[in-house]
Amino acid sequence: MLRVDVTKQLGEFSLEASFESQGRVTGLFGASGAGKTSLINMIAGLLRPDRGVIALDGETLDDTSKGVHVPPHRRRIGYVFQDARLFPHLNVRQNLDYGRRMNGVTEDAAQFARITDLLDIGHLLDRRPGKLSGGERQRVALGRALLSKPRLLLLDEPLGSLDEGRKEEILPYLVRLRDEGIPMVYVSHDAAELRQLATQIVMLKRGRVTALGGVKVLT
Amino acid sequence: MFDISPAEWTAILLSLRVAVVATLVATPFGIALAWLLARYEFWGKSVIDAVVHLPLVLPPVVTGYLLLLALGRRGLIGAWLADNLGIVFAFRWTGAALACGVMSFPLLVRPIRLSIEAIDRRLEQAASTLGAPPWKVFAGVTLPLALPGVLAGMVLGFAKAIGEFGATITFVSNIPGETQTISSAIYSLIQTPDGDAAAGRLVVVSTVIAMGALIASEWFARRATKRLHGN
Repeated sequence: MLRVDVTKQLGEFSLEASFESQGRVTGLFGASGAGKTSLINMIAGLLRPDRGVIALDGETLDDTSKGVHVPPHRRRIGYVFQDARLFPHLNVRQNLDYGRRMNGVTEDAAQFARITDLLDIGHLLDRRPGKLSGGERQRVALGRALLSKPRLLLLDEPLGSLDEGRKEEILPYLVRLRDEGIPMVYVSHDAAELRQLATQIVMLKRGRVTALGGVKVLT
Repeated sequence: MFDISPAEWTAILLSLRVAVVATLVATPFGIALAWLLARYEFWGKSVIDAVVHLPLVLPPVVTGYLLLLALGRRGLIGAWLADNLGIVFAFRWTGAALACGVMSFPLLVRPIRLSIEAIDRRLEQAASTLGAPPWKVFAGVTLPLALPGVLAGMVLGFAKAIGEFGATITFVSNIPGETQTISSAIYSLIQTPDGDAAAGRLVVVSTVIAMGALIASEWFARRATKRLHGN
């Protein structure tokens, strides 16, 4: 379970959001500039709230009143960025392996094979990110986050930088991923996308939560 | 004409040793300082920045004299180092390396700083969400991505160190076999009757070394850039 109750002032923009999520896939829905990315950056620990609490499965990640702030590398929260952010100096295999190496986990060939199969990236392992298409890059980014064995996966408009055809290419993989059972927070401004993936919706408008509930709040 | 005498060899090898040691010792400090200047805002930052660049604008003889005052056998720090740790820089080749390191430091730091500033910090964020603590982010993402700048800085620093003259001769004098580098050997030779041929040979040697360094840096930079852009 994810519990978020935070406020953050970013220049002129104020974000004040409170929600609890039991859902397997929480869809964070809103127009651009609604504060979606700032909110998941706070969940990831990349941005510190001015005030408030973030807790995951009973563990407090942020609590400003007690001065608690768990740094991103200790949260075990995976993050798939809109722009993939693959390491340009590493090949695909090394990118995929990065999380495992950083966490000092022993190699798990079966898991590696399963994830690369799931995302159809097995044939790309020796390539550099510069030689991948946008869709391939995004699939590798998904694999990289998954292989770090996160307890929660954040996806920030993972289809946002792709054209229509590519979106259709990635969406089935995201559905497969959802069916893997890893809890996700999925950020999007596209209601159709969320209808396909989300089990619960948090609607955000100009920094405030305006609706909470099932997928039907999107209509 | 091109028989390099043992005395000339001594100066050439000493120059190489001084420049290599100066560059290798200065590089970690250069990286640390470049990172500090690129990433942090703190009180006194512009003063530190100015002090680092000072050797670039001061007359080298002034830098050498300041080193002598500070680190000479009777200098403030020099006396303490000699009495307590037995470290002496004055009139030793290590002093030449120190003078060269100080003189080349601004040239070393600048490209490293620029390359650190150019790194997409969102890649570092990505690394931290994958479980990398800050020092591993630095070692595994920041430093490799800054590598072209580090290499460029090292080559520039090396080239400056090998050509350094004013600060070195002021601080550690011109002692054959101990502190006489190519530059100070040329200086001595052109003041000696019949020294022209030997000076000419050393001029050729120093030109070859400088050219070699420039070509090497070009090659390293191209390779590193290629590596970073995913080919």
